[in-house]
Order: sequence, then structure tokens, then C-alpha cells
Amino acid sequence: MRRWLEGLRELRRYPSAIGGLALIVFLIAVSVYTVIAIPYSQALELWRGGEAWRMHPVNAGPVWVDRLLGGDKPDTTVVRSEDAETRSAAFDGGRQVRIPLSFDYPHDDFPSEINLFLETRDTEREAFVRLRWQTPDGDIIPLGGRRVAREDRISISQNQTLEGRLGMPPHVGLFARSTDAGQPVPDNGRYRLIIDAILFGEDASLEADLVVYGRVHGIAGTDHQRRDLMVALLWGTPVALAFGLLAAVGTTVTTLVIAATGVWFGGLVDATIQRLTEVNIILPVLPVLVMVGTLYSTNIWLMLGVVIALGIFSAGIKMYRAMLLPIRQAPYIEAARAYGAGNARIILRYMIPRILPVLIPTFVTLIPTYVFLEASLAVLGLGDPVLPTWGKVLNDAQTQSALYNGFYYWVIAPALLLMLTGLGFAMFGFALDRVFNPRLRTQ
Amino acid sequence: MSTERAASAESTSPLVSVRDLRTWFELRQWGFLRVGSVRAVDGVSFDLGRGESVAFVGESGCGKSSLARTLLGLHRPTGGEVSFDGYRVQDLAGRDLQWYRASVGYVQQDPYGALPPFMDVRRILAEPLVVHGVTDRAERERRIRRALEEVRLGPGDAILDQFPHMLSGGQQQRVVIARALVLEPAMIIADEPVSMLDASVRVEILNLLRRIQSERSLTLAFITHDLSTVRHYADRIFVMYAGRIVEQAQVDELLEHPQHPYTQALLAAIADVDAANARRVRDVPAGEPPSLLHPPPGCRFHPRCPHAMAGTCDVRDPGMFEPRRDHLSACWLHER
Repeated sequence: MRRWLEGLRELRRYPSAIGGLALIVFLIAVSVYTVIAIPYSQALELWRGGEAWRMHPVNAGPVWVDRLLGGDKPDTTVVRSEDAETRSAAFDGGRQVRIPLSFDYPHDDFPSEINLFLETRDTEREAFVRLRWQTPDGDIIPLGGRRVAREDRISISQNQTLEGRLGMPPHVGLFARSTDAGQPVPDNGRYRLIIDAILFGEDASLEADLVVYGRVHGIAGTDHQRRDLMVALLWGTPVALAFGLLAAVGTTVTTLVIAATGVWFGGLVDATIQRLTEVNIILPVLPVLVMVGTLYSTNIWLMLGVVIALGIFSAGIKMYRAMLLPIRQAPYIEAARAYGAGNARIILRYMIPRILPVLIPTFVTLIPTYVFLEASLAVLGLGDPVLPTWGKVLNDAQTQSALYNGFYYWVIAPALLLMLTGLGFAMFGFALDRVFNPRLRTQ
Repeated sequence: MSTERAASAESTSPLVSVRDLRTWFELRQWGFLRVGSVRAVDGVSFDLGRGESVAFVGESGCGKSSLARTLLGLHRPTGGEVSFDGYRVQDLAGRDLQWYRASVGYVQQDPYGALPPFMDVRRILAEPLVVHGVTDRAERERRIRRALEEVRLGPGDAILDQFPHMLSGGQQQRVVIARALVLEPAMIIADEPVSMLDASVRVEILNLLRRIQSERSLTLAFITHDLSTVRHYADRIFVMYAGRIVEQAQVDELLEHPQHPYTQALLAAIADVDAANARRVRDVPAGEPPSLLHPPPGCRFHPRCPHAMAGTCDVRDPGMFEPRRDHLSACWLHER
């Protein structure tokens, strides 16, 4: 115990240990925060996509990148009817309602989309709405009218007739300064969408949410399904760490115990283990995983199981065997046999602890390789279908041609996190190596 | 359980009785073809009394360490038998075997190698107790401290938290001896216990072993190649050559009146502290110890023996003769 403490104290002398440890602590802190802030079930629910994200823009970049580069791209504006001054007048068998939804638009770029979400309650028949758009100059642009279902969405930016009338997509045309020719420029000021609705029913009511989608969103941006990438980047951290750690622990422990068992019993046991290892070494891991993922399931924990199973008789056995062979002959093991220590005790308490200090650094540097393996599988399309992970983000980015479309944030964020993980563990592992591996000690 | 056994055996019978013990190591090719055997121990018989201190003496490769390991149960004998307190050791299993292992302590040659480097002294001394089911922490601590006192290490606390590399060679060997003592054995086998220590601490360790042996009335079996120190620490000597005992007697008797030509040569080779020795060339037996894989026929010493009789020594194996009272020698010269 004291030896470990001394080792840890010595670690402080290595800047790489401090840096690596800081990165690891950061990743662990992020994991803990994530698991508490976004419970597992909620994360899966969110990542499934759909309605939860309807008010998020598609493929919006991170806000801070845009602001850092001096841009002023719009973020998403939501205007709710609850906050508007609604006027209503009753008539026989229904009500007439006027809802003005006003908002300020100070940005110098156009929004990416405009949607109006409507929800009617207690109506006897489908309600009818008529929309008008009022620009800061006071111009009124009629957007037409239509019947609305109980829950409905009016995609103003998809309105073909409007687009024809404006000569450009509605989310551009509705904001463009009317006088300007050539490149349209957005007009800043107060806009207003006026909804005139006719509701059929004594107690009928209408709720309307106008969403003017921005071009930037949050810290991480969004993907093609409007999902906030932050969910995946955050949840990818505990998943990656858990996968890496469990795979590293699983393979190291089993490999070590099996190597020690072979060395201790020797003879047929050792020969069998060696032959199994030699066969296993030439089995290519990735294709086997691809096969399992394609034919069976891409559940991440199943993949973890396969990774560990393939890792049991890995090349590590040869290395551990070479380290353990001289220890088997050590007089203290003979002494232990003489006072009656059993085989299991000798293997676990006398042989393995002897090489453990040398293995700790290897173990630490092994963790990111499994994190990368998981990401590689996900990029190959064999990621867990439901779990948000860094690899999944990269996979989505790849299938959506993120780099070609200029959505660099989509690729850079998960890749950077992967790199930080690798860097943190590698830096810490190399420092540990210098402390615990006597051959590398500098003084 | 051990008290039961001790009561059952008569105190006059020998503690250890070895009959025609053979420990051969098979040499195999490709893992299964037997190509011969190294006869490390080849037909050894002797009795060790309770509270007796004996020395096994011989040059390296004569099988004395293999004999020690066979006695400890670390090697399975190829033939013959070892009885301990009336029980055949080969037949022991389970709890009986654990009792035997607790009854025989082992002190090794290399004290640093004999201690696990990753355990502190407390843990090292606790291990045998844990293995033998002493689960009570306080009881373990008590026995550990008693053993440490017995080897004159301590008082306790400081040394208990040390790791082997922090101790001197002498201290390490004391810890090894303490480890052999914590289980309160009836016999201790010490395989060259001082050969790797500094000359200055050798005598201390030997005296310590001798004192513990007489205080506890232990049976102590020394394995050594050093005839010069044997006199003070052993009651009886067995001289081994090529896997066999060639001569046995009380210490003084053997040193004063060596009978076997090999013993005579060994004794002649001991250097006295005498300035004249620096310029004297001694007669040592010519040649090498014989191969244990293909031992010479007849007496194994005959190729190097100055008294070898052609037609006898190189043909027939000598039995044990008794040229003097209680003094046995395996040499055709002493045939009556």
C-alpha cells in the first residue's frame, strides 16, 4: 500500500502525469454529470429523435464558434400564443380569434426554416386559420389560409405558392429587405405573424407556437434529425469510458490469470493455453466483430463481451508468460509451497502481484484502444443502435457527408473527445510506466 | 490435531525415518519421450531423532538440496519412503498434508529471494498462519511477534512494516527463520542458510538456529557444503556423494576419524587459518563429480578414488559397513 502511495507521490514530478490525470478527471466528471443530469432512459428516448426535437434547427452549428468567428447567425426564436395579446369574439356556434405573434429579429443572416405549430382544443369541427406576415416596415404579406387538425404544423418555409410569389424561399423572402436587389439582406426589427382563426365550439381554444429556426444552436450544434449533439457528446463519455475500462479490465485480468495458471501448472495446461493463444492471435478481431454485429446484434454490451472473449487468449499471454516464468522459480514461491499455500493462492497472491506494478501502465494505455475500437465499430455502422456514442455521431456525420456540406463541428467535436481520451490515458500511462517500471527510471 | 498426533507417537521413535529414498528427474524429449533420469537422490536411508541437529554435507550437485526438497514434500519421491512421526508422507493428503507442512519449517539459501518483495514483514509472517486457518487477527499478531522475538528482530512495530529490500541480509534471513517458526514446527530444514550471507553475520545466524533448536528441542537438518562450520552446529553428519550417503557418524567422530576416501579428501581440502596455506598446493580429488544422468557403475566415487580396487569398486555397489562403532561408511575398504 505504502509503495503505491510513494509511487503516486512520485507521479507529481511528471507534468504529463498531471496533464493526463487532469484530462481523465475531466472526462470522469463529465460522465458523472451526464449520468445524473440526463438519466439513461431519457438519453435513449432523446436519441431516438422525433417530436422532442421539433423546435430545434436542422444541422445548426455551435453558437460559440459562430460568435468567436465574429458572426451573428440567428439562433432559434420561439414565439408562443400564451404570451401574445389574444383577442377573441364569440359568434353563434364558435369563436373568432386573432393572435399576433411578434418577435424581434436582430441578426444579419436569414433563419433556416419557419414552422407554425397549432393545437386546437374542444373544437367541434376543424378550425380554420388565415395567416398574415407583417414586416418591420409595416408591409403585410398574406400567407394564405387553411384548415387545421387538432395538432397541426404549418411549414411556412415549405409553402410553394409563397415561394413562387416571393421569388425565393419563404424563410429568406419574408425577412429580406424589399428594396434590395441582388443578394438579399435581412431586415432587422419587429416582425409579426397575425393568426386569424375561426374555431367551432363554445369553449374552443387555439394555441400557436411560431418557431423561427436559427442557423446555430447550443454548444455542440444539431444533426440532420434536429437532435442536439450535446446529448451524444455527453453520453458518449460515460459509454466510452465504461467500454474502455471494462474491456481493459476484462481482458487484462483474464489474460493475466490464464497466463499465470499456465505458467504455474506447466505441462499440458501450459501447452494448451499456448496453442489456443497462437490460434487466437491470428484471428482478426475487427472482422469477427463486424461479423457478429452483422449477423447477430450490435448491442454494445454484447460487443464488449465479444471483445473480452477474443481478448482472453490474446498476445498479452505471451508477454505475461515471459514475465512469470522466472517468478515461478522464485524461492519465495517454493517457500510458500513448503508451508502449504494452495495453487490458487500461489497464482493470485504470489505470482500475479509480482508483475502487477509493471502492468499498470500497460493497462492504462490499453483503455483508449478499446474506446477507439468501439468508435471504429460505430463508424462502420455497427454501433449500438439505441445508445448515443461518439462513434455514432461520427457515423451519422459520415453518412450525411458532413465534411462535404461544411458541417465541420459534427466531425470535430466527437473526434476531439476521442483524441482527448487517448491523450489523457496515454500521458498518464507513460508517466506511470516511468514510475513503476524500474528499467525506465531516469534516476 | 497436531497434539493428538504427538501424543500418539512414542517419543523414543525417530521423528523422521527415510528408507531407500529415490528422487529421479525424468528427462523427456518433445514432451513425452523419456530419454533418461537424473538421479538426484538415489537410495538414501537415515533416521533423525527428536531434537537432533544433523548436517548433510557434500559438494554442489550431490543431491543434498533435492533431498531437502523431497523431505519437504516439494518433490515427489520416485521410490522409497519418508515417514514423519510414524506417518508415510507420500500417503498424506488434505488436512493431514497441511499438518505435515506446518510441522516442517524451511529456511532457504537466498534470504532476499525467499521473501516476496511486495509484502511487508507482517504480511510475510502472517501468510503461513492464514494458509493454516488462523483467522483471528490478534492471534496472528501475537504469534508473529513471538516468532520475531525468537529470532531477535524487533521489538515489533518498526520491522513489521518494512519490506524485504529495506532489510539487511542478516535481518532478511531472520525473517525467513521467523516464517519457518510461526507454525511451530517439529523440524526445520535449512538449505545452506548462511552461504549467501556476509561472513560477519554467518555465525550469528548459525548460533540463532542452534539456540532455537535447543530451546524448542526441534529437529534441525542443515544442508551445507561447508564442513568447517558443521562441528559447532550439528550433532551428526551425513556426507553425501552423487545422490547417496557415503558416510555417517557423530560430528567429532567423523571429523577426527574420517573413514570414506571422499570424506578424507573433503576434510583435507578445508583450509585452516594458517599463513603457510597460502603457498601450499593441496591434494584434492581429481576429476569432476559424476554425471547423475549416467552414474558410474559400482561405487560412484571410484573414478576419483585413490584407493579404488579394480574388479570390486567399479563393479559392485558398496553397502553400508561399520568400520567403527556408530560410524557407517559405504566403501569396500571397510568390508569385514
